[in-house]
Amino acid sequence: MIAWDPNMEMMPEEGLKKLQFKLLKTLVYRLYSFSNFYHERMDAHGVHPDDIASLGDLGKLPFMYKTDLRDSYPDKIFTAEQEELVRYHVSSGTTGKPTVVGYTKHDLDMWTESLARALTSCGLGRGDVIQVSYGYGLFTGGLGLHYGAERIGASVVPTSVGNTERQIELMQDLRVTGICCTPSYLMHIGEAAKKMGVSIRDDTHLRTAILGAEPWSEQMRMRIEEEMGIKAYNIYGTSELSGPMFSECTEQNGIHMWSDICLVEILDPETDEPVAPGEQGEMVVTILQKEALPIIRYRTGDITSIDTTTCACGRTHPRIARLSGRVDDMLIIRGINVFPSQIEHALLGIPAVSGHFMIEVDRVGALDTMLVRVELNPEAFSDKINDLMAIRSMVAHTLKNALNVSVDVEIAEPGSLPRFEGKAKRVIDRREY
Amino acid sequence: MDPRAYTIKQISVFSENKPGRLMAIAGALEEESINILAFSIAEANGFGVVRALVDKPDAAFKKLNAMGFMVSFTDVIAVKMRDVPGGLFEMAKLLADAGINIEYSYAYSGRDAAVLILRVDQVESAVKAIIFRGGNLLKSEDFQEKP
Repeated sequence: MIAWDPNMEMMPEEGLKKLQFKLLKTLVYRLYSFSNFYHERMDAHGVHPDDIASLGDLGKLPFMYKTDLRDSYPDKIFTAEQEELVRYHVSSGTTGKPTVVGYTKHDLDMWTESLARALTSCGLGRGDVIQVSYGYGLFTGGLGLHYGAERIGASVVPTSVGNTERQIELMQDLRVTGICCTPSYLMHIGEAAKKMGVSIRDDTHLRTAILGAEPWSEQMRMRIEEEMGIKAYNIYGTSELSGPMFSECTEQNGIHMWSDICLVEILDPETDEPVAPGEQGEMVVTILQKEALPIIRYRTGDITSIDTTTCACGRTHPRIARLSGRVDDMLIIRGINVFPSQIEHALLGIPAVSGHFMIEVDRVGALDTMLVRVELNPEAFSDKINDLMAIRSMVAHTLKNALNVSVDVEIAEPGSLPRFEGKAKRVIDRREY
Repeated sequence: MDPRAYTIKQISVFSENKPGRLMAIAGALEEESINILAFSIAEANGFGVVRALVDKPDAAFKKLNAMGFMVSFTDVIAVKMRDVPGGLFEMAKLLADAGINIEYSYAYSGRDAAVLILRVDQVESAVKAIIFRGGNLLKSEDFQEKP
């Protein structure tokens, strides 16, 4: 088994914890002394660096929110002088004001190191030819993976996004073995290749794909792997944390979150209390080594669970599961957290209905009710009410099993529910608070 | 006797239970000059199934399908009843004696007799049993165009 930094990646958990505490302590003292933002935030929260006496005291520190970054546009939270900054990345601002992330030389180095470990754990290295088909520029994906791939000694083909036919030609001509891009772009490449008469499986050397920057499912992975004859790995990161940073290893059993780089908490979004390993909650991240834009207890809004056991690959750092949704999408129905993505996932397994659905939430007296409207697939139509009622109860039963909360189901005509081009808005919440 | 001569194509249309749906279906049939001989609506929570005997079932299927409705054909039989008190009883007894289970049924008062439309699980054996017992069944060709 190959690791980029075996001593670090296989370090026993106890050693990692000690290291994390040391880094956290240093971070908190540094920020209390040099960052107005963190100094004021900690004072307001009634916590002093001296109160952090163990990793367990992490919960005493205040959270940082995306709005903090927006409010500090462009660089009010930065703790490095402008002359220390060697790069900026800026978010697209699709959901509000853009956020700016600055990097010192050391920040770029840690980011690159994190990706060097990630790419190596996916079986890539010297001798590989890696096509980076994430966008280059203000978006973090392209340059992030570019430097990561260079660091492991691979040959990089910096194609960025677009001009797909040319990408496919280069993939063949330069004998590309790995590709980094969004899963939807890889699907697009696959379709374009087919039109050109090129089989990714038979006519290219591609065997590894590092996919992320958008939600994708296990089903999509299976489809990509089967159709293209490659292995597809999930990568995670957000621009606030630097960019794409962490990935699965060849075990494909969770994304390794390097303990010397970040401290991960999974919290119940309602109570802010930690949930048990394996349980779902919001991921809150502290980046232990970051100079220009330090991040303590950043509420990512991403819902996942954590596995702290040693991976079958031998790496000791904890792993997070594929993201199951966003806190913004989370509904609380009778005290139970429900994500539209869970419903979508459950419906995809039922042939009698399509994947289009709408959720309507109401409050009757003190009780929350949730209605899920689904479209019947024409093949499942029967003129007997009993058959239709059976489909309805089967859907309700499947959803109840998936969500742990009972659901009303309404069967709708095919094509009658709204379709979404951008971000889907599948929830109508009529409860009054 | 060919029992298939007595099987009649009914169109079944899935419809959400909300204002305007039946109007849309009926309007579409009118546009195509399709005559509805009998129909019923079966309703459940939030949705229903509109079932109809029409003179041009294929044209009706095509039209409604093109409008995005879920439509299917179901084979039913149409039994003539005497349009007098006891007419339904006679027919129900005949079906019971023949051991025919009715999945659903609706009736209309036709020109020369009342007609009971039946959806049964075994169409052909039902046809044979009814005729064997002296029942009177309508044929598809009595009121439906050939496809």
